[in-house]
Formats: sequence, structure tokens, C-alpha cells
Amino acid sequence: MELFRSTILICGGTGCTSSGSGKLLARFETLLAEKGLEKEIKLVRTGCFGLCAAGPVVIVYPEGAFYSHVKVEDVDEIVNEHLVKGRIVTRLLYDGSKEEGKNEIKPLDEIGFYEKQKRVVLRNCGVIDPENIDEYIAFDGYKALAKVLTEMSREDVVQTILDSGLRGRGGGGFPTGLKWKFAMGSTGKKYVACNADEGDPGAFMDRSVLEGDPHCVIEAMAIAAYAIGADEGYVYVRAEYPIAVKRLEIAIEQAREYGLLGENIFGTGFNFDMHIRLGAGAFVCGEETALMNSIEGQRGEPRPRPPFPAVKGLFGKPTILNNVETYANIAQIINKGSEWFKSMGTEKSTGTKVFALGGKIVNSGLVEIPMGTTLREIIYDIGGGCPGGKAFKAVQTGGPSGGCLPASMLDTPIDYDNLIAAGSMMGSGGMIVMDEDNCMVDIARFFLDFTVDESCGKCTPCRVGTRRMLDILNRICEGKGEDGDIERLEELAANIKATALCGLGQTAPNPVLSTIKQFRSEYEAHIYEKRCPAGVCKKLLQYVIDADKCKGCTLCSRVCPAGAISGTVKNPHVIDQAKCLKCGACMEKCKFGAISRK
Amino acid sequence: MKSIADLEKIRNKTLSQVNLRRESDGTRIVVGMATCGIAAGARPVMNAFVEEVGKRNLLDVVVAQTGCIGMCRYEPIVDVIKPGQDKVTYVKVTPEMVARIVAEHVVNGQPVVEYTIGAAE
Repeated sequence: MELFRSTILICGGTGCTSSGSGKLLARFETLLAEKGLEKEIKLVRTGCFGLCAAGPVVIVYPEGAFYSHVKVEDVDEIVNEHLVKGRIVTRLLYDGSKEEGKNEIKPLDEIGFYEKQKRVVLRNCGVIDPENIDEYIAFDGYKALAKVLTEMSREDVVQTILDSGLRGRGGGGFPTGLKWKFAMGSTGKKYVACNADEGDPGAFMDRSVLEGDPHCVIEAMAIAAYAIGADEGYVYVRAEYPIAVKRLEIAIEQAREYGLLGENIFGTGFNFDMHIRLGAGAFVCGEETALMNSIEGQRGEPRPRPPFPAVKGLFGKPTILNNVETYANIAQIINKGSEWFKSMGTEKSTGTKVFALGGKIVNSGLVEIPMGTTLREIIYDIGGGCPGGKAFKAVQTGGPSGGCLPASMLDTPIDYDNLIAAGSMMGSGGMIVMDEDNCMVDIARFFLDFTVDESCGKCTPCRVGTRRMLDILNRICEGKGEDGDIERLEELAANIKATALCGLGQTAPNPVLSTIKQFRSEYEAHIYEKRCPAGVCKKLLQYVIDADKCKGCTLCSRVCPAGAISGTVKNPHVIDQAKCLKCGACMEKCKFGAISRK
Repeated sequence: MKSIADLEKIRNKTLSQVNLRRESDGTRIVVGMATCGIAAGARPVMNAFVEEVGKRNLLDVVVAQTGCIGMCRYEPIVDVIKPGQDKVTYVKVTPEMVARIVAEHVVNGQPVVEYTIGAAE
């Protein structure tokens, strides 16, 4: 048996990989070999730790030293000081992990970022090596599958999931157990499918689960297959997630080798195997019926419902489709019971939810909180607030289908129903924070621009309606807004919501409606005063030089890329508004504060 | 894999390797691994502890390292900290002493008095 005195965990999630964690791993390998420590110290590349803003992240156990922003040059110091001599390199420790005034490190779960979190879905992310099935098994992996196959009837499994109150984490919030129950009733060939086509801008929790703990999805799909009586599964994952795809492929291969996928699993006569299908990057393929069309090799266009997939899904057979995060809860509900799951969260939204925290926030990254936690706790206590002391303006949840919530709603406890009541939605869990420098009209335009691009074109309300809304928004941002535009937007939105074929179109107007509702004054400023209060919409901006303050140093005219500034030495300069690109370079360079933005 | 017993076998085999990463509030064995400790032979002592703990499959015991605590002449120094008890400091530890410390103190709760700093002074 191999034993190690220390374990080095290096984050191998997409975030830390792009900030260079692969090079760190290679350097650690070389150095440990040079010093003959490779038998004493174990090196593990894990999934995402969640604190992507501090990446690349390296954690050394048993001390639990949390090193952040580690560079290749730092590796030598960590090896020489920490691993050889036992002296923790305090210089590299993550700030929040140091005991104030003392030279000691706090345990991981006492660090501000983790303190309020409850890691259920992400329990193995950043802890195990996702490419090693044995480590997953050591952390109770496949125990739930064994329990289900040997001790529980299909009805018991479905009842347990029903009792737990688990709701779909892809955004809709439909009770998972109910979905399974519908599919269980029918006979003949059936399928289970996993939706890993995570397309919301700013959302990356499904990617992180697949990268950090792929076996938990495989195990849950096998459990679901047993419960509904299926023997084949599909994971539909975006081709843009190469690391997730690779680790899932490795995981499926390892599970097959161990006989955890295939025929006669655990000698019980239960058969199940699964395949991966890569999505080509169409947002609409995250919609369940479009996803199934795509798996079948057809155009990724939605089908009318009913019939629902549980009745007629993949290849015309009954199918259940759940999101990655939903599956990631299943094995633990089986192991620990539905009462345990219900003890977390609120009455109607049990368990936890993972959010991808992004935008104007200090600790951008991945957080998991019990349902019922307030937005304020997530944004301030966990996220650390807006950087640079800027004022918080709004938070966007639910991606292109969701809405913006203003500061007055910060104390809303997060669950499915509260967010809908507040005019937004849970969505898959993207959470984009905006500060005083964000223009809400521009944000609405950004999301609508996204849905216009991603509309599949099958139904008219979505194909033409969203385009018309975008035209109006573009006009408003360019200073050509007219009286009545807001009402026109609202009317179009109501019609699209009522008549679009699938979820994409039905929810596409939400970002516009919610910003009109919460920030109507900003729309009015754009339309009636031709002014962008946040200073974002370039066509509405003007840079002007204050003739009293200008010393005629000529610096601004030299940095202007458009040659828009004229004037002679020691005389006040003037900006030609027709030529100005509104880049702001002149304002940055002016030493006398003579240039202002209006 | 044919049965749950096979699954359990893999689990137990791997548990010792991932144990450092699991939350535990069991006994901590802390070896001084500063320059002075290493020069006095702390490395083989540390490895002996890791091996002995592994051999006995003591899953709630963590072997950790620490820096210099200032009594370099007594190195290698090893602290054994059992929850709820005072820490016991062993000095001038050699790999030969390890098995006895683990058996008598870590497992059975009886400190090996003759190896402790109290006896040395």
C-alpha cells in the first residue's frame, strides 16, 4: 500500500487551467522527482475549488495551506520551504485564510468565502482526482448505486426522490421525482439523458461538476435508469467544454472496466450503458425537446409539447432528462435519506444551489449555498462585494431568460418561487453582479442580442419579435429613442411570451421587462434626455475640454487616435465631436482634470 | 467488479491515500521538519510514523509536519496531540522508537514517559 505524508491538490478546472495550473503541475512533478519526494508526497489534479478569482489555487494537506495566485516561480519555494522543511510560505497564502495577527492558517471551512457555503453538489470538487475512480469510491462513490440495486425497489427509489423535494436545477424547478414517476409507468425501451448543454452567459457550474466529479453524474444516471426501467443513457455536453468531455470519457471508460456500467451490474441482472453527444454550441439545444432532436441527429429545433419527453422523448421512447446539478444530488439523497436533504433549504425549495458568481464582484467563482440564503449574503459575505468600493446596482440571475434585481431586493431569500415573484428566475445559476458603472438598458440589449443570435428561427414570435425589440433597444442606446418606445417594448414582450414555441422565446423578453420595471428612469433618461446615466452608451456621451482648466500642453491631441483634438501650444484645446470615438484616452492622460465626460 | 464486497475493498484500499483530505478530529502526530529537525534525522522518523499509522490502518490519525520550535538540541521532536488532552512532546526520536509511541500512546492512550521531554531534562 502506498502512503503519503503530504498531498498537494492543484486545481485543474477550466479557470485555473487557463491561468496556468498545468505548468505548476509539471514543475511540481519535476521538483518532487529531483528531491526524491515522489514516494512521500502525492500530487493530485482536482476539479474546481470555487475561488476562481484567486487562481491558480494549490492546497497542501495535512496543513490545509491554501495558496492562491501561484506562479511557476513560486513552486520551488513551496517545495523547498513547505514540503522539505515544513515552513508554510505565508507570502503565498490566500489572504482570507490567515488568522488575523497570527501566523496560523484557518481551516478551509472557516475562510469567509467558504464559511456560509454548504458543499453538497460540489463536495468532491477540489478534493478528489476526477480521473481516478478509486478516489471517488473512497469518498463513498457508487455506494448509492449498490444500495439501490440490492436493497431498494424501483418504487422505493422514486419515492425517496419525491420525498426529498428535489427540483430540477436546470432552471425550471420541476420536481425531479415526479418526472421519474411519469416515465416509470410506461413499458418498453426507455432512455435517461443528462443536459450538460450549459449555455447561459456567465454560468459554469455544470462544467465544474463534470470536470471535478464526473462519476457522480454517471452513478446518478445509472440510479435513474434503474428507477424508470431504462438501460441506455446519453449525456449531451457542449463541445466548448473540452476538459469536461475528456474527464467524462475517462470516467465512463473506468466505470465500464469496473463493471459499474455494462451488463449485470453488481450481479443483479441490471444493465446500463451510456454515450456522450457533443453539442455544437447552439443555445436552443439546452431546451429539452431541441436537445433530443440534436441527439437524434436532426436539427436542434424544439418540438411542441405535449407529448412530454417522459411519454415520447428520445427516438420516440419515454425519456427522462435531468440537468447535471440535479443528478449530482441523487447519490447523496439515496445514501443519506430524503429527510437529510429536506433539512437544508426552504420548505418548497429543498437542498442547495450552486451559483456561478461573476461580473463586478471581488470573489468571482463558484459558490454553493443552502436555498433560502439571501442575495446579500451571497454578494457581500461570500462574494466580497463590488471591487474598488463601487456601489452595487443590480444582480442578474437566470441568464438570458432571467431578470435583474435591484439593491432593494438584496434581502430576498433565494428559492425558485421568490425569484419568480421578484421578476427574475433561478435559471441554471448564473449570477452576474452589476455596479454603478453598468447601464441597465445596455445590459438588456446585451441579453436580447444573445437571444436574437441564438433563436433557432422556427417560430415567428421569437425569430421576428425579438429582433424588433432589439431594434428598438439599439435605437434607444444610440440616442434615437422616441416617446412610446417603452410601451412598444412591453407590448411586444407580452406577445412573444404568450406565443413563442419553446422556453427560449417565452423567456427572452424577461431581461428587458425586468430592467424596465426596476430601472425605468434609466430608460427615460436615454429616451427623453438623450443621456446615459452610467456613461456606457457611447453615442450618448460627449467628452469636452474645460477651457479654463486647459493649459494647452497638447498631450491630449497627441494621444487621440482619431485626430479629433485641435489647438495650439499654451492655448485651450477643443474636441471635434464629429470625429471623436469616445475612447476616453484623452481624459485618462490629462494632468489637469480639464476633460470631462457628459 | 461483481459485488458490493469488491466495491468496499477498493474503498478501503484507497481510503488511506485520500485520508489527509478528509475532515477528521482524531489524533495529530506533528513532526518538526525544520532544517535542525531534518539534520537530526526527522525525515526517516516522519516516514516511519506514516508507515506505522498506515500499517495499523489508523484512519483518524494525521501525521503532519511543522517548523522549528526553538529547541534544536532535542530534535527530532515529535508532538502527539490527542483531542481533549494535553500535547505530549517526544524528543530525540529515532525510527526505532516510532512503533512503541504509536502502539502505547496513539492507540492505547499511555504516553511513553521515558521518551518525553520531561524525562530528558
